[in-house]
Amino acid sequence: MNNDLIVTNRGLAQMLKGGVIMDVTNAEQALIAEKAGAVAVMALERVPADIRAAGGVARMCDPLKVKEIQAAVTIPVMAKCRIGHIMEARILEALKVDYIDESEVLTPADEENHVDKSQFKVPFVCGCRNLGEALRRIAEGASMIRTKGEAGTGNVVEAVRHMRKVQSEIRKVVSMAEEELFTEAKNLQVPYNLLLEVRQLKKLPVVNFAAGGVATPADAALMMLLGADGVFVGSGIFKSTDPAVRAKAIVESVSHWDDPSILATVSEGIGEAMKGLDIHLIAETDRLASRGQ
Amino acid sequence: MLIGLLGFQGAIEEHELILSSLGADSIRVKKASELIALDGLIFPGGESTTMLKMLEFSNLLNPLQSVLSQGLPVMATCAGLILLAKKTTSPVQKSLGQLDITVKRNGYGPQYFSFCEEVSIESFEKTFRAVFIRAPIILSTGPSVHVMARDHHGHPVFVRSGRQFGMTFHPELTQDDRIHRLFLNQIKKNSRRELCQDIQNGIT
Repeated sequence: MNNDLIVTNRGLAQMLKGGVIMDVTNAEQALIAEKAGAVAVMALERVPADIRAAGGVARMCDPLKVKEIQAAVTIPVMAKCRIGHIMEARILEALKVDYIDESEVLTPADEENHVDKSQFKVPFVCGCRNLGEALRRIAEGASMIRTKGEAGTGNVVEAVRHMRKVQSEIRKVVSMAEEELFTEAKNLQVPYNLLLEVRQLKKLPVVNFAAGGVATPADAALMMLLGADGVFVGSGIFKSTDPAVRAKAIVESVSHWDDPSILATVSEGIGEAMKGLDIHLIAETDRLASRGQ
Repeated sequence: MLIGLLGFQGAIEEHELILSSLGADSIRVKKASELIALDGLIFPGGESTTMLKMLEFSNLLNPLQSVLSQGLPVMATCAGLILLAKKTTSPVQKSLGQLDITVKRNGYGPQYFSFCEEVSIESFEKTFRAVFIRAPIILSTGPSVHVMARDHHGHPVFVRSGRQFGMTFHPELTQDDRIHRLFLNQIKKNSRRELCQDIQNGIT
C-alpha cells in the first residue's frame, strides 16, 4: 500500500470516531440508522443474532442488497466478507463499498490465512480479541480494528473482555524496556516494527472500535470509557422493540459517554433491549470470536 | 487563546494535537454554554449527517448561528465545511448557512476515489499535501468568498470569507500545521484590531 492510500484509508476511520456503525439488512433499516445519526452502516444479509439462530454457512450478502443500501443513504456503507475469502472481498471492492469488514461473524473461508488487505484499494476493518490479533491484522493491511466481542448475543461481557485485554496489553508494551520488545513481538507473534510503533504512540496505529454485544446506551458508553474510539451495534438495534428510538439513544450515548446525566436522559423509556444470551451457555465451538486468530 | 472544537464526533483529537503544539488551548463544544469566551471555532472532519443530527438533538444550531453571525472566526474542514455552507446538494441537507458557497456532498464519489494531492495555496511558499476523503466539491462561491486553492480539476478546495476559513480536505491529518497557523494568526490580528478600536471608542 502506498503512503497516500494508508493516509486516506486510515483517515476515513478517523472521521468515524465518536460515532456508531449500525448493522442493516435493507434500505429501510439503513434510512432509520442514518436518521438516528449513525456514522456508517454495515450491509448484511441477516443480523448476527439471526445468523446464530439460522446456523449453516453465513456468506457475503447479495450485491443487490449492497446497491440498494448504497442508493438509500449518503453515509459510508460497509459490508462483510468471510475471513480469507479474497474473491468476496474483490466483489465488494468492485461494488465500491466504503469499508470491507473481514468478519468472524460470517463462516470463515480460510482457516489459515486472512485476506492480504494491502493488495486492495478499498480499506478493511478486522476484529481482534487481543493486541496480537490486532497487530497481525494491521500487518496484513487492515486500516481499522474493532474488538470482536461476541456478536449476536446482546451481551457486552466479551466486548468488555476484549477491549480491556487490548488496552492492558498496550499499557504493558508502553511500560517495557525497548530491548524487551523483541521477545514480546515473538510472544505476541507480531512484527517488531508495529510493536515499536504502539510503544511510541501509546495506542494502536489505527482507529479501534468496540463490537459484539452492545445492546443499550449504557453498554455503548461503557465501551467508550474503556477506550473504544466508537461502537459497532449489530443485532442490538433491530432486535429491540423500538429500533429508531434505541438507535438515536445509542448515538447520543457515544457522543456524551462521559456525562451520566445525559446518559440517564437518553436511556429513558426506549423500549426493551434485545433478549440476549448468557455467554456461558454458548458452547465453545459456537463462539464466533475464536474464528480467525 | 481558546479555540472551541465542535465535539460530538470525527477527527477532533487530531485538531487538538495541532492546536496544543501551536500553544493554543482548546475545548470540545457540545452545549451552548461552552460557546462563551471562545476566540475561534473549528468544525472538524467527520460525518456531516451525524454532526447535523447531534446539533439538532443538542439544540445547538441557533446558538452556533448567532456566534458565527457575530463574527466569531471559524475554520471548517470537510464535513465541517458542509455544515458551514449556505447550500448543499446531493442530496440537499440543512446547514448553518454561514459561508456563501454551494457544496456537493461526496463530490468525488465513495471511498475508492479518495486521494491525496499537492495543492498551491495563496500566500504559501510551498505546496500543501492535501488529503481528500469522501470529500465534498465546492460547486460555486458567492461574491464575498475568496478562493485560496484549487484541485487539479479547478474546483475550489480552500476558501475564505472574512473570518471564515473552509477546506474540503483534511489539514488535521498531515504533519503540516501551516493552515492552523494561518487561522490562529488571523485571530490574533483581529483581536489586536478590535482592541485598538475599543480604545478609540473609549471602551477600554
